Amino acid sequence: MTSDAGPGANMISIRGLTKTFDKTIHAVRNVDLDVAEGEVVVIVGPSGSGKSTILRCINLLEIPTEGTVEVDGFEVTDPRTDIDRVRAEVGMVFQQFNLFPHLTVMENITLAQRKVRDRSRGEAREMGMRQLVHVGIPEKADAYPRQLSGGQQQRVAIARALAMEPKVMLFDEPTSALDPEMVKEVLDVMLELVSEGMTMVVVTHEMGFARAAADRLVFIDEGEIVEIGPPDEVFANPAQERTRAFFDKILY
Amino acid sequence: MATEPRRVQRGRRGATRVTDERPWWDTFPWWGAIIVAILLWMAWQILTKENYELAWTRIAPGLRLTITSTLQAFTIALIIGMVAGMGQLSRNVVSRNVARTYVEFIRGIPILPLIFTVALIVVPEVTDALNSRLDAWFGWEFKLSFQMRATVTLALIYGAYMAEIFRGGIQSVPPGQSEAGRSLGLTRRQTMSSVVLPQAMRAIIPPLGNDFIAILKDTSLLSVLGVLEITQRGRQFSASTFKFREGYFVVSFIYLLLTLSLSLLLSLLERRMTRDRKGQR
Ligand SMILES: Nc1ncnc2c1ncn2[C@@H]1O[C@H](COP(=O)(O)OP(=O)(O)O)[C@@H](O)[C@H]1O
Ligand SMILES: [Mg+2]
Repeated sequence: MTSDAGPGANMISIRGLTKTFDKTIHAVRNVDLDVAEGEVVVIVGPSGSGKSTILRCINLLEIPTEGTVEVDGFEVTDPRTDIDRVRAEVGMVFQQFNLFPHLTVMENITLAQRKVRDRSRGEAREMGMRQLVHVGIPEKADAYPRQLSGGQQQRVAIARALAMEPKVMLFDEPTSALDPEMVKEVLDVMLELVSEGMTMVVVTHEMGFARAAADRLVFIDEGEIVEIGPPDEVFANPAQERTRAFFDKILY
Repeated sequence: MATEPRRVQRGRRGATRVTDERPWWDTFPWWGAIIVAILLWMAWQILTKENYELAWTRIAPGLRLTITSTLQAFTIALIIGMVAGMGQLSRNVVSRNVARTYVEFIRGIPILPLIFTVALIVVPEVTDALNSRLDAWFGWEFKLSFQMRATVTLALIYGAYMAEIFRGGIQSVPPGQSEAGRSLGLTRRQTMSSVVLPQAMRAIIPPLGNDFIAILKDTSLLSVLGVLEITQRGRQFSASTFKFREGYFVVSFIYLLLTLSLSLLLSLLERRMTRDRKGQR
């Protein structure tokens, strides 16, 4: 595996991605990034550097100002593309979990399966149960999100995304809203996904996870990719001063 | 007399101290007891005094029209409000602006002149224009009673208020909720109906309840078109018998009974909704 090409074909292909909010806020500037099938890319960078925006442009939660984004061969930036179909293939996990509070855990997981994948109630529940086992909380199927701890809620959110059998998973700081003692249970689930060969793009401040899981580490600052490469190399001797300064700030 | 045990108690504890305990009479809902007492007293008057009883028998049949008009106006307003509320949030520039114009425009006109305008000008002119066609094509004419004209006017006005309620309710749902829905591949519509609206209902139902009560009271305006609901019957009774006191006493009693029991129901419902919500982030 080399630093600029993964084991398989490109699952995500970003070219010249630029996002400008309100004509003045340059959140992302001319970013190119390919993510190969089965590859795990971890994005790090200071707060406000555009990490979330890049992730959100991949499933078009944010519409790029310029540039193209392809997912699994579909150009999501093409207005003729059925974006709902592409989104069904792209799982997303949010910092704030965003579980549906009015639905039980199982209903959270079955809703999109039934409406988007047209699965029967039985099929959807079976898949839901399998994913709850996957994330280690099958006993919470009938609980409401508010009855769960943060770590459990985030694992349900992961199960909800996985139940759609996505081809890619996007994680936007999945452990940043968690109490420290719950971070590991979520990272463990994510590591499990890595070992199963899931294609993943992960924004995180967990450098331990990056070291253990990332095929490539991307450092972003002020909307630009400053550095990209295998995590060990980037950690050991960052080529750019900005990268070094960032690591100096966050690593003990 | 009441000060005696209190002083003893203080003495026993030693120095007075700040306390978080509130005596029962401080937290007791006296207002509720007072209202119940007043209503009972009013009911007693009506049951026992002949003139009041006469007023009651003449006025109470108006309840039917008051209630049906309320239900009709509320239902129509609900539909208008939902459409206009979601319209204001639509991506479509036309629906957004049509909805917004309607809401702003209607909210600027008092109810009474609008009722006259609709009943005496808009409806006759529209039906005239329609009926020349309908009659020629189908041999059928469209007619709208004065009761319906006023009811529709109420619905138009409350529809604008409800549009704001729906808009506010939908906007009260955090954007992360619809983003989560969309990211799973749900369409805009599916996200609205399965994710956003059910959560918006928490913010929507209580003010809708208040509007229901407000509509009930405002059906009294139907009297200006001679619709025989409670207020109009009260007016007629009073004018023909000169028993103004009894007539308006009974009218007030009926409205109070309806509105107060509705707000009681509403506050029970709200309490239940907030209880269900406890512990939710
Ligand atoms: N919806 C938005 N409207 C305006 N500015 C935004 C919006 N979303 C993000 N931004 C701005 O874009 C920049 C990048 O934001 P973001 O991608 O969230 O950064 P990160 O995830 O790296 O912290 C920030 O300056 C942020 O304030
Ligand atoms: Mg972010």
